[in-house]
Amino acid sequence: MSSVLAASSIAEFLAGYLDNSHSAWAYVVAALIHAGLVLAFFGVAPLVYIWLERKVAGRIQDRLGPTRVGGKFGWLQTLADGVKLIQKEDLCPGAADQFMFRMSPYLVFVASFAAFMVLPWADGWISQDLDIGLFFILAIMSLEVMGVIFAGYSSGSKWALFGGMREAAQVVSYEIPMAICALVPVTALGTLSMMEISHMQAGPLLNWMVFHDPFCFVAFFVYFTVATASVKRAPFDLAEAESELVAGFHTEYSGIRWSYFFMAEYASMFAVSGIATALFLGGWSTGIGLEESFLNPLRASGGPGYLLANIFGAAVFISKGCILVFVQMWVRWTLPRLRIDQVMTTCLKYLLPISCALFLGVTLWPLLVFKLTGRTTLVDSMNVMGSDLGKPTADRGYRPWTPRPTNEIPQVPATAAPIDVEPGQAEPEKPVEAANGVDAKRPEAARLDVVDVSEGKVQS
Amino acid sequence: MIWTLGAAAEAGEPGLWAKFLGLLASVVDAVAWPFHEGTVYVFGAMAVACAIAVVVSQNVVRMAFWLILSLAATGALFFSLNADFVGAAQLLIYVGGTLVLLIFGVMLTASGPFLQIKAKPGEMVLAGVVGMALLGVILSSAISVDWDKHAPSPEKAVGIGFNSPAEGNTTRELGMKFLGANPKDIGSQKATLSPGYLLPFEIVSVHLLVVLIGAAYLARAKRQKAPVVDPT
Amino acid sequence: MSTTDQVAANVPAAELNTYLFIAAVLFVCGIVCMATKRNAIGVLMGVELVLNGANLNFVAFARFTRLGLDGQVVSLFVIVLAAAEAAIALAIALNFYNNHLTIDVDRADELKG
Repeated sequence: MSSVLAASSIAEFLAGYLDNSHSAWAYVVAALIHAGLVLAFFGVAPLVYIWLERKVAGRIQDRLGPTRVGGKFGWLQTLADGVKLIQKEDLCPGAADQFMFRMSPYLVFVASFAAFMVLPWADGWISQDLDIGLFFILAIMSLEVMGVIFAGYSSGSKWALFGGMREAAQVVSYEIPMAICALVPVTALGTLSMMEISHMQAGPLLNWMVFHDPFCFVAFFVYFTVATASVKRAPFDLAEAESELVAGFHTEYSGIRWSYFFMAEYASMFAVSGIATALFLGGWSTGIGLEESFLNPLRASGGPGYLLANIFGAAVFISKGCILVFVQMWVRWTLPRLRIDQVMTTCLKYLLPISCALFLGVTLWPLLVFKLTGRTTLVDSMNVMGSDLGKPTADRGYRPWTPRPTNEIPQVPATAAPIDVEPGQAEPEKPVEAANGVDAKRPEAARLDVVDVSEGKVQS
Repeated sequence: MIWTLGAAAEAGEPGLWAKFLGLLASVVDAVAWPFHEGTVYVFGAMAVACAIAVVVSQNVVRMAFWLILSLAATGALFFSLNADFVGAAQLLIYVGGTLVLLIFGVMLTASGPFLQIKAKPGEMVLAGVVGMALLGVILSSAISVDWDKHAPSPEKAVGIGFNSPAEGNTTRELGMKFLGANPKDIGSQKATLSPGYLLPFEIVSVHLLVVLIGAAYLARAKRQKAPVVDPT
Repeated sequence: MSTTDQVAANVPAAELNTYLFIAAVLFVCGIVCMATKRNAIGVLMGVELVLNGANLNFVAFARFTRLGLDGQVVSLFVIVLAAAEAAIALAIALNFYNNHLTIDVDRADELKG
């Protein structure tokens, strides 16, 4: 199911030219193409964002920002900066731990880059469609702090050390509410796979998780605050507070190694925005019902149609991510910086309890709605613009499952598996598809894969 | 398109050019090998080398660095074993959590002279000999077992996400186990009522809470004077 | 048959013994680390290596033998318990450092008769 979705398409495309013994080749070349594509985005995004940041900062401060390099809007400014940085001498202070000092930027860079592996760009366009995609991306992004601590420590400077320690304390604390906030929509969705999460939010705007229930709505804003803090952006950028710590953990860095830190920071900004887009804002779906009527048929037509539809999807996804990145910049140049104790208080005394309450609320929400309306969703199930509105979330994204051929054990009868019913009581019941009108289009779907709290309640 | 040419060469076109292309294809095959199944060996070698570096290096911070690489490589091995969830948990909890804690400990205690506390060379040699002997015992006992006898029986398919460990994507099944349900019982008439791993899971969670409170109590700042070190 | 499956069929798969070898080396490295390091946190790192070697064994057995998913469950428990153990051990080490201004475990000999 979750084989390398996109890889197998490129690999199969390449394998068409090969005989069987060399099919490994197609796999390798496809993997390299994928890595290259992600790396290209990873490299280009900071280039644009740094320019954008300077423009945004300028406009907010009533300046013009860069205007000269490369024409009217100074759009080659970052490139000029990059060339300058590459030319600079690669300094290493005498008091530094040479080896660690040189390694730390790579640690940060790699952790930030690896997060892009599981971002869902468009339908089927993902480097690795892991079953645990969201968990993986949170895990990978938590490694970034390692490089920062080592950079701070190995610089042999007290400013850098203070910056690194602050950073470590801040990021480790903010990881907890971030993970809990990400779990809020996951509880409603019932999957961690980024592809499935995006599929489930297809259709009209109300299908986006941010509008799913009040808890998800609040969780989006809490998540965005926490994510801003976890990529150490202002007003939470205590780790590199210029007024107190010179430049924080990268005080001693210069040239290309310094620019690695910055590339990683801007790429992480997009990564957390991408997670927010995929989790709350419908991934690549436009929210105006374009998918069902126009894009999905185009996608199904295969060949160039598929490519076009997916490029459009990727453009939508990237635009949503960029809007969130823009909001981060806007916040940075508008709000004053917090004190370090205020940063920790915000996280531990306010955001953490809030996110725990949201998590509890979203688990109880289906029960409450069921008591009030007799359904597990607020809106009654109906067909809007060719998409299902008000269908239980966990039912939306699953594709038909064809049973694997086994010669030993007969197939279990088709039942939805309620998670909150004790194993002893889990008896085969009639599937509820007919009642919900879910499977009118695909009667072959044996929906064994659905493990949904809300649906369990419908049955019991 | 080197590989197509190489394939054509293998199909039997004699000549220097074909031989060259065949050679080129095999060379690139060898280079490409680590990219698929060979990742296991790459990450295995990385885990082993970094673990040895932990033992050999004397600086505590360097040790922490090598330990991170070793544990991250082990996490990659978990992914190669189709244990995605365990691998990600390793990265999140072990590398991103426990080791950050460890490095905090290092930074709070590693002041000047304590950065490097060397063991006596004799101790190192003795430990090395004992370690090699232990390695020999473990490896000989591991090799002497016929593991094929214990190969997994083909599992029945219950649904997507309820895979056997050999198939991967076991997240849903793991979650069910932690909730105390056995996925294989779902839908079958003779469902057994077993607690699964619910009880250990609860015990571990309470244990973790107690430990964190205890650790915070132990490490709290006591406003007492540190013993004065005799300057003579 | 997908391309990846074909690749898997062509390349010799890593066996159980490969993982057992890696895990054994990790385990022994941890033991030696615990025995030779005099820094308390170095000893703790040895413990982490030992636990990691055992974990790798559990997951490898889950994949290649009849142990099944229980191996992965146990390894998750080990990870959680390792986190708890590290927290406590660090608290003890910090306390020791506060009281003795050193972290050399050979100096922790006050209970000797």
